[in-house]
Amino acid sequence: MIEFELNGVTVTSEDDPNTPLLWVIRDSFKLKGSKFGCGAGLCGACTMQIDGKAVRTCILPVAAVAGQSVTTIEGLSQDGALHALQTAWVEHSVPQCGYCQSGQIMTAAALLDENPSPTEAEIDTALSGNICRCGCYPRIKKAVLAASSAQPLFRNAALAQEA
Amino acid sequence: MKIENISRRRFLKATAVVGGGVVIGFALTGCSSPGPLPIALAEGGFVPNAFLQILPDNTVKFYTARDEMGQRVTTGLSTLIGEELDYDPLKMEILLAGVHEDYNNPSMGVQATGGSNAINAHYEPLRQVGANTRALLLSAAALDLGVALDAMSTEDGHVIVAGARYPYGQFVQTAAGLVAPTETPLKPQSAFRYIGRESTRVDALAKSNGSAVFGIDVDLPDMHHAVVKRSPVAGAKLISFDASKTLAMPGVTDVLEIGSGVAVVAEKYWQAKTAAEVLTVQWETVALSKLNSANIRADYQAALAGEDAVSATDEGDVEGALTAASQVLEAVYWTPYLSHAPMEPMNAVVRVQNGEADVWSGTQGPSGAQGLVARFAGLAPERVRVHQTYLGGSFGRRGTLTHIIEATQVAVATEKTIKLLWSREDDLKNGLYRPASLMRVRAGLSESGKITAWDATRVGGNISPETIKNLMPALFPGLGDGLIGWTVGLAEGAFKGWVADPSSLEGLFEDYDHPNTRVTHTTIDHGLPLTFWRSVGHSYTAFAKESMIDELAIAAGEDAVAFRIKNTENNPRLQHVIRVAGDAMKAMTPAPGRHLGFAAHHSFLTDVAQVAEVSVDAGKIRVHRVLCVVNCGIAVNPDIVRAQMEGAIMFGLTAALHGHHEIKDGAVVESNFHDYPILRMADAPSVEVVIVESDDKPTGVGEPGLPPIAPAVANAVYRATGQRLRSLPLAVDEGASIDAIQIG
Repeated sequence: MIEFELNGVTVTSEDDPNTPLLWVIRDSFKLKGSKFGCGAGLCGACTMQIDGKAVRTCILPVAAVAGQSVTTIEGLSQDGALHALQTAWVEHSVPQCGYCQSGQIMTAAALLDENPSPTEAEIDTALSGNICRCGCYPRIKKAVLAASSAQPLFRNAALAQEA
Repeated sequence: MKIENISRRRFLKATAVVGGGVVIGFALTGCSSPGPLPIALAEGGFVPNAFLQILPDNTVKFYTARDEMGQRVTTGLSTLIGEELDYDPLKMEILLAGVHEDYNNPSMGVQATGGSNAINAHYEPLRQVGANTRALLLSAAALDLGVALDAMSTEDGHVIVAGARYPYGQFVQTAAGLVAPTETPLKPQSAFRYIGRESTRVDALAKSNGSAVFGIDVDLPDMHHAVVKRSPVAGAKLISFDASKTLAMPGVTDVLEIGSGVAVVAEKYWQAKTAAEVLTVQWETVALSKLNSANIRADYQAALAGEDAVSATDEGDVEGALTAASQVLEAVYWTPYLSHAPMEPMNAVVRVQNGEADVWSGTQGPSGAQGLVARFAGLAPERVRVHQTYLGGSFGRRGTLTHIIEATQVAVATEKTIKLLWSREDDLKNGLYRPASLMRVRAGLSESGKITAWDATRVGGNISPETIKNLMPALFPGLGDGLIGWTVGLAEGAFKGWVADPSSLEGLFEDYDHPNTRVTHTTIDHGLPLTFWRSVGHSYTAFAKESMIDELAIAAGEDAVAFRIKNTENNPRLQHVIRVAGDAMKAMTPAPGRHLGFAAHHSFLTDVAQVAEVSVDAGKIRVHRVLCVVNCGIAVNPDIVRAQMEGAIMFGLTAALHGHHEIKDGAVVESNFHDYPILRMADAPSVEVVIVESDDKPTGVGEPGLPPIAPAVANAVYRATGQRLRSLPLAVDEGASIDAIQIG
């Protein structure tokens, strides 16, 4: 039994503690926004935030998040409001197939929390762990830059609650 | 003819009504095999045809027959129908259609998406549906309001009478009692309101907040999870397996042999995956088991002698022209096997219950999915419901549906609802591949710099027999294996011995003027499963052709653009994008150490020219910027065209810089993104897309942006290093001189 906070709510996982967090979230808690792409921490499709940091969850045992705060794409915005990144994603028509975009946005959101005004090079560095097979990179970069200057910025549910 | 049949007769004859809150089932009339439409009828909803449902509250639901794999086809097709219906496509509710004959692709005759043809094939038919529906609503409004037809107009979902606006939804009851017109005139291009407009994509929000449903996201209450352990060597059959350890693992319910290997079923995915890892399996050794990459290249090289070649084109006197040429150039080009590696691994959910079945999966061929489930569950196709989802990338991969066969076999054998998921390792090691190719081009030049002879040949496997093999069981679920095997054998023999498979050679010889042209093909197929891969034959032929054109330009002492213009007199549309890109290239001023490479190619009815700005540092090729000029006819949505060019360039750059499968003992060596790398953001160039103004009917955009990028980069690398790279992926020899060379 592993207890942790999921999008602001305390939950308990009854899965084997070695089960990767991704599969606990997808198959037991039924939140499907975080995706499986490689199972090896190589593509970033499974990215969630753990205590505000972007983490690859396809190789992270659920036991490792005991007592921690997990935010998925479903918890990024709250009360129907969109995160500035999501608004920018729509305005720039970023997604193509869309499969990797939850991971891209969760990584970008963690970047903006740490560095509200990243340079293009800093965006490259932060997001180069996230593969987009459709090749949406130029638009992802534009959207992150657009969001970085947008206000107000509800960067994630946990932080918004603290504030 | 096909388009006429569908637009005028089949799509439009029938109307149907859901009156007084009562849902009434109905069938289209005029269909050869009608059957009810797979549309959930809303209360009071009016369904004039397979594509639209209009509700009294003026909601318009649009059922998209083509599959959304990122190419924004849902946006494009809703724009076509919305234009003539006079209803803003961004306000429509978009639904992915189930399987019905009315949803067949007009240019294919089956319900499938591919070949970059969706907008081209539906340009008239879907607008006709929209126009007829609008006319029907106007007739109903005329009756209800007592106003003459010519006193009414329409605007964004409303009938306008003397300045007053009446929503379409107000007239659906009356419209349902009328016969729909079939040949309503279409708008002139000058009256377009939505076609040509910049707009966002209809699915952008769902794909930014995690709510878009892909096949992998389908979750049914009683679902079990299956993974399959397959032979590392394609086609090797199972000898035996030991499931004792696997069956003892938590959550495991079944271990069973299916056609492709051994399936492990558990209550949860992670249980099935970990249990499959302790399964021990023995596979037979087959001919393919002895194959290594070096053999493939050697066998292809030997075949270049041409003893088994079949002729595809033979015009003029190639030998005579080569003898008479002032210069003859000859070069050989290699392109490897490649995976599609869409981000969403293959998956399907199948439920077989009470003599009927449901399948949930994102595919490029929903009717094929229906046929396969029917075949392997022993049901009639009409007893199988297909629930299409978004596709997490495809690029040709989701046209082959072995994962649906597997899920059906497991569901039938275990009598459980099954979700079957491939791993990334399965995807790369047990997939279907873009065939490897060895191509040789000999070309003759006249003293004036005209190409006088083009002698091209390709060695490799063919896609078409594989396609027949994969599609026949799906499209003809009742046909026996023997007859299918016989037909496939016939196709394999035909493409080997008699006639070249057009997919194998497309793009190798068509673009430039050369009065003497000879094209041949030799089939060497070692048995790796093959299929379509974004831009198909063009993905490799353009590399050979545009590299050779670059070599010819240099040999002729001419500028890369001027030489191409001089040799495309008979191909004005391609010549035009070359000219536009060439002019833009003159304005590009690369920083010191950066060099420009040029390439152009025609594919899927579309012409594209690209300029790549490249540097080479310590052997590493970096592409900083790409200029892309495209003529795709009328750009139904310019931003879709730009996005597809951007995406195809990135996809093509992965192939140009990284893409490669090594074969060892018949098995694919690469297993995940560490050894099958995909272009990442830090290496992605900026892309500028220029769309050429055109009044022509729209042509393809999903694939044509890909073919020119590899040769454009290779041609730039030559200017940067003096090294002419004729193999993909491009690899600069660090030991060689890397001084940039000056070319006229």
